[in-house]
Amino acid sequence: MTEVNVTDDRPSGMQGVIADWASDQRAFKGVPWGKAMMWIFLLSDTFIFSSFLVSYMTVRMSTPEAWPNASEVFALHMFGANIPLILIAIMTFILITSSGTMALAVNFGYRKNRKMTTLMLVLTAILGASFVGMQAFEWTKLIHEGVRPWGNPFGAEQFGATFFMITGFHGAHVSIGVLFLLIVARKVWRGDYEDDTERRGYFTSHKGSYNIVEETGLYWHFVDLVWVFIFAFFYLW
Amino acid sequence: MVDITPEKVENVSPAEVPEADLYHAHSFWTKYVFCQDAKVIAIQYSGTAVVIGMVGLVLSWLMRLQLGVPETFSFISPESYLQFVTMHGMIMVIYLLTALFLGGFGNYLIQLMVGARDMVFPYVNMLSYWIYLLAVLILVASFFVPGGPTGAGWTLYPPQAILSGTPGGTGLGIILMLVSLAFFIIGFTMGGLNYVVTILQARTRGMTLMRMPLTIWGIFTATVLALLAFPALFVSAIMMTLDSVLGTSFFMPAIVEFGEQLSYGGGSPILFQHLFWFFGHPEVYIVALPAFGIVSDLLSVHARRHIFGYRMMVWAIVAIGALSFVVWAHHMYVSGMNPWFGFFFATTTLIIAVPTAIKVYNWTLTLWRGDIHLTIPMLFAIAFIITFVNGGITGLFLGNVIVDVPLSDTMFVVAHFHMVMGIAPILVVFGAIYHWFPLMTGRMLNDAMGRFHFWVTFIGAYLIYFPMHYLGFVGVPRRYWSMEDTNFIPDSAADLNAFITVAALIVGFAQLVFIYNILVSIFKGKPSERNPWKATSLEWQTETVPPGHGNFSKELPVVYRWAYSFSVPGTVDDYVPQNVHPNDVKLVEPEGS
Ligand code: HEM
Ligand SMILES: [Cu+2]
Repeated sequence: MTEVNVTDDRPSGMQGVIADWASDQRAFKGVPWGKAMMWIFLLSDTFIFSSFLVSYMTVRMSTPEAWPNASEVFALHMFGANIPLILIAIMTFILITSSGTMALAVNFGYRKNRKMTTLMLVLTAILGASFVGMQAFEWTKLIHEGVRPWGNPFGAEQFGATFFMITGFHGAHVSIGVLFLLIVARKVWRGDYEDDTERRGYFTSHKGSYNIVEETGLYWHFVDLVWVFIFAFFYLW
Repeated sequence: MVDITPEKVENVSPAEVPEADLYHAHSFWTKYVFCQDAKVIAIQYSGTAVVIGMVGLVLSWLMRLQLGVPETFSFISPESYLQFVTMHGMIMVIYLLTALFLGGFGNYLIQLMVGARDMVFPYVNMLSYWIYLLAVLILVASFFVPGGPTGAGWTLYPPQAILSGTPGGTGLGIILMLVSLAFFIIGFTMGGLNYVVTILQARTRGMTLMRMPLTIWGIFTATVLALLAFPALFVSAIMMTLDSVLGTSFFMPAIVEFGEQLSYGGGSPILFQHLFWFFGHPEVYIVALPAFGIVSDLLSVHARRHIFGYRMMVWAIVAIGALSFVVWAHHMYVSGMNPWFGFFFATTTLIIAVPTAIKVYNWTLTLWRGDIHLTIPMLFAIAFIITFVNGGITGLFLGNVIVDVPLSDTMFVVAHFHMVMGIAPILVVFGAIYHWFPLMTGRMLNDAMGRFHFWVTFIGAYLIYFPMHYLGFVGVPRRYWSMEDTNFIPDSAADLNAFITVAALIVGFAQLVFIYNILVSIFKGKPSERNPWKATSLEWQTETVPPGHGNFSKELPVVYRWAYSFSVPGTVDDYVPQNVHPNDVKLVEPEGS
């Protein structure tokens, strides 16, 4: 007879981590499919934004012309004075606040508090939309001042090119996020994720789970995080 | 001793999947066209890849005709020659091999081999195929726009790629190419997320990571590479499109063209090369790793011998995958970058040869004292090892800066990468098709035609590419429409070129025999046994062959061992499938009982 060795004791420490990862069925225990997918997608997306930022730094160094002074270009004339970066500061503040409301939404979701989850999701979407609105305002202002992807009055032409490309790509991410938040908010409000529902969940097709709120949240926090890097590298440098 | 899995842990998927959680097709359209079943998607992917691959093949004939008998074909102008080169390269690397290995084999084999019912996100998986098809159509469309497709070389280096001197450079050609690539990447990402999550999170009970067939390890690692490498290409495609359409200068320095100062200035052409090869080198492993994995399984099954050093094989795949992200600039030794970079990248390049060599040793040792059946898949697998070693060794030449500088941009490089990423993976593709065709159709491919196909392809490939190494040594450059009176190249090079062209046309013909074989065998092939190769992995243990909707019967299989239990001493059959309970293994009765 073949000897069968049944082991049930799980090793601890690093060995345990490896054993868990390599064990059967799931490498990440308790992680729903949708959440795993979102994490991996975001990892891939990180490479996209990193490529954008590295390219921006490279052309900033390769161009022989002077780089425009960000704090002057992005200043707003308010109350009789030029306040540098004021709009960006407000935008950043709004986006970070929206991360907070998003976190609350996730929390309420897990407590199955349908009303509060919806409210927080909608609030996050509104904050996100106002961010995009301010970005549109900023774009309009710069375009009026003659900034174009192929040239601008302040200095190196790559300034306009990278600005529109990177903020545009990020803005598109935020807009998609807003759309997604609204869709999820509607589904939450309708009770799609309650235990007694007949509808099947979004993405996961499992009933009675608020996972999708957390997955949307992951995306949202990621978009915020990316903004911090854009803010640091593009506006502050 | 057989090890069995620990008790069920929490949060794992149940062995029995409720009917409601499976995707059900209700009409012809959702069953065969907009289908969410990964097996159908796999066939759609493969079919599309093969069709566009045929276009790539025809383009290669046209190039060979021009090189073999120059000044004969009036329809092959210098411009169209460059367009053929470009489209051939791009089609073969991306739209054929990447799509076939990951979209085709990935979709078909992953869910079956890990014991899942389907991919985790069937709908996204379906979208993946349709976006891929869209990308292919855009690519094909570029043949029909004014000015034709781009002729910038598959590397698409700016500034030339978007200047008027390059075919398709100022027209729609280059733009359609870039847009098509962007769509390909979006489509691929949708599929790729599916492959990775299915492998990580949807395996059946007992299927630990270290029991997965190496095929799955290869596809898995390749997909991870693709998810991290394609972004660089995506971003460069966007920036080059902007350079071309809006007149930005990401990649464009100040340029005087035909005495006229262009409005570009200040961009960095080298940036493109870095981004491109940050994608491009992992890309060669995106194609190679699935081939590595599949060939390991073919060798093991057809030699009735467990794979030698399974763990080492897994770690080698992972190590190659990781290292492939730090070698990219070995494609840029002649780009004028800082020599210290060359030093660094030469070192990493040579290091990557170590895990690669480990794999080759292990394949050879798998055959050692095996019960080798020279079936067609086995022939292709052995041919792969030989060819891959060949290409790997020329890779070591090219990895060294001083050796590479004179060889760069010659036919030697063409020979290198065709051996290593053209012929070698294609041989595996063929072997894999002969191996899994019975699973997909329930019929065998014709053996005589198969053997003809193998020998002509294998020997022919050597007749084509071996002389190219020599041509490279004597200095024949790549991507040249004609040598004319280049006095440092001996006249005999032209004779050799003519010879290669004849070989290429014959090999091309053999591929038509292969396609014919497939088409005929689907309908008229000899019905196959249930598990004709006596393989152990789960794809052969499905309820029906070909596997039906949902793959397995009501219960998912439970896995008790790795996929390489061949020639197990003391058992009646010479193999034990992964899902046979240790108590059910048929043992030879001890004598005298
Ligand atoms: C030990 C392994 C390898 C080494 C050291 C190596 C090294 C190199 C080097 C240095 C070049 C640049 C030559 C030049 O342009 O002057 C090159 C080109 C190339 N290699 Fe490899 N290689 C290896 C394996 C592979 C593998 C496994 C593949 C594909 C499966 C591959 C595919 C290619 C391709 C496609 C090119 C040409 C790209 C182009 O310029 O269009 N190589 N290799
Ligand atoms: Cu490389």
